Amino acid sequence: MTQHQTTASPGKHPAAIPFWRDPDKLGIIYQALALCLVSLFGYYIFSNTQANLARQAIATGFGFLDNEAGFEIGEKLVQYSAADSYARALAVGVLNTLKVSLLGIVLTIALGIIVGIARLSTNWLVSRLAAIYIEVLQNIPVLLQLFFWYAIFHDTLPMPRMSWNPLPGIFFNNRGFYYPIPESHPVHPWMLGALVAAMVFGYFLKRWAKERQDRTGQIFPVGLSITGLILGLPLLTWLFGGTPTALNVPELSGFNFRGGLNFSPEFCALLLGLVLYTSAFVAEIVRSGIQAISKGQTEAAMSLGLRPNRILTLVILPQALRVIIPPLTSQMLNLTKNSSLAVAIGYPDFVSVANTTINQTGQAIEGVALIMVVYLFISLVTSAFMNWYNKKKALVER
Amino acid sequence: MKLMKAGITAAVATMLFMAPAAQAGETLDAVKARGFVQVGINGSLFGFGMPDDKGVWHGLDVDTARAVSAAVFGDPDKIKYIPLTAQTRFTALQSKEVDVLCRNATRTLSRDTELGLNFVTVNYYDGQGFLIPTKLGVKSAKELDGASVCVLPGTTTEQNVADYFRANNMKMKPVVIEENTELNQAFFSGRCDVLTSDASQLAGIRAVAPNPADYEILPQIISKEPLAPAVRHGDDQWRDIVDYSVLAMIAAEDMGITSANVDEMLKSTDPNVQRFLGVTPGNGKALGLDEKFAYNIVKMVGNYGEVFERNVGVNTKLQIKRGLNAQWKDGGLMYAPPFK
Repeated sequence: MTQHQTTASPGKHPAAIPFWRDPDKLGIIYQALALCLVSLFGYYIFSNTQANLARQAIATGFGFLDNEAGFEIGEKLVQYSAADSYARALAVGVLNTLKVSLLGIVLTIALGIIVGIARLSTNWLVSRLAAIYIEVLQNIPVLLQLFFWYAIFHDTLPMPRMSWNPLPGIFFNNRGFYYPIPESHPVHPWMLGALVAAMVFGYFLKRWAKERQDRTGQIFPVGLSITGLILGLPLLTWLFGGTPTALNVPELSGFNFRGGLNFSPEFCALLLGLVLYTSAFVAEIVRSGIQAISKGQTEAAMSLGLRPNRILTLVILPQALRVIIPPLTSQMLNLTKNSSLAVAIGYPDFVSVANTTINQTGQAIEGVALIMVVYLFISLVTSAFMNWYNKKKALVER
Repeated sequence: MKLMKAGITAAVATMLFMAPAAQAGETLDAVKARGFVQVGINGSLFGFGMPDDKGVWHGLDVDTARAVSAAVFGDPDKIKYIPLTAQTRFTALQSKEVDVLCRNATRTLSRDTELGLNFVTVNYYDGQGFLIPTKLGVKSAKELDGASVCVLPGTTTEQNVADYFRANNMKMKPVVIEENTELNQAFFSGRCDVLTSDASQLAGIRAVAPNPADYEILPQIISKEPLAPAVRHGDDQWRDIVDYSVLAMIAAEDMGITSANVDEMLKSTDPNVQRFLGVTPGNGKALGLDEKFAYNIVKMVGNYGEVFERNVGVNTKLQIKRGLNAQWKDGGLMYAPPFK
């Protein structure tokens, strides 16, 4: 650009260049034109849709969200009944999607790291098993895997009356996995408080330990002490809070179990299918991330006298994470989006609830728009968080 | 499932790009120019709309569509069947992918108004019921408190069953599965205690059970489901044509005209029969059709009783009795206005 100006007008005033030969101005004009075209197209679509809907006297707008939903939802994290509004029904769906996605992401990462490291193991059998796991699971469409796990759950597990009962209060049957929970007691909020306190204390302990290690070179057993804190503090609170032991145990009454909590076969099948499928990809990402670190790093660490697991945690993983995080983010997004396949096996996720809403209200455009907005929002938040984490883990050049 | 997603996307896309305008007479002209009727159909519901192993379509809804084709073209098979899911059916009609929807759709106020549809005469009076394994020993739907209920989405089904349980102060756990086959499998393997859908569909599902005798349909019918063909708002002539195609089958049964005796009936001296069969002209012209439209329907498709018995009657796998679908003089609801 600067070169253009100097060559075009040596000695003359630069304003003499006509605008159609000035790449700067042309660039602005092209961009303005493109923007105009896109907005015109958007306006055309919007107004044409409006006109078509109005002509066919189809109701539009989001007013239906306040109407009574009138249908039940099988699984819910918050209070919901058929008398609540569509908005609340959709919120129940969003929470169900978040529940399976969050749990799925945590399990996927844990399993993926284990399989990825196993794939690199020098033990022939472990490495082959990991290879088979990866090749089989990442090459079968996830929908088929979901059908497979769901069929396993509802076909092989017994009816409620003949539940498999490995421990008192714990039941497996084709309606789900039932387990007891403690009867509610005033000490529980205090235990939660103790847990939070332990976590905060642990954070400062970690900072202090790092600072001390940097200063003196002495290593403090951080992992062990934080685990002790997190388990110990709530346990102590429980002991001094009167040690309540009453349990809310599931019991067979009528058709199904009541009391306790349960995971439904739909949820289990969905979670299992998504985790096994996505973790195969994560394993490959972890393997490639570790292999991206040159062997010299390991050798240097070994020559310093570090033990193998310390080499992994102190030298290899921190560098490998930089390679791993960006593709890992897209796998997390994939898992979240794939959770919409829930509708095929009956888990009431957001898409399932939104479908019912569309059927009952007939407002497909609004419904589909809501589905898109919700997934977009979840994905953008995930990706923003991972970008932040990526920046934090990026190599700080010194 | 994939099909349904693609369907919704297609329907929404059509809604976005579709060219405007619909006037009276337009649909008939378009159908005639095209040379066939585009019919939205279920595609996988035995007895109502499903192709057999040779690809020939059969069913009560199929025969309703064939009656329309016979009325318009004098040939019952000038039809392109477009299988639609419960989710995509109304959008497909609104966006002109189909001319008429014969897909066991319940007529309701909101569909008649907000969705921009016109339902014509009911071709099957259905109602939502419960299918349950006999070994549970349940004799009434009122004993279902706490049950897991398998529900096929995409209709008023979910709302009806929730209403019924609420009204009777009972609790339920719905399991909503998109695909018929997946849902049936979950139910047969015992995932749910009971399956709810329209009674006609339950008869079909029971027919494909590993052992049909293990299942029974409870006597309670918890909803009114008048299933009717539907057309778009805005073209009254086309609406009349579809309406009177259904009514012609009902009227023919009422007058005792069957596909076997219709040629003989041409010689009848009864002025009602003469008007109906077009011997005395007038009806055809009024509808913008051939004077022999009703004759063609009865000759080529049959009267309502024949169509019912052939597709869903007691001698079929569904074994459904006429019940509400009998003629008015036999205690049913089938009643056609005079053809004059």
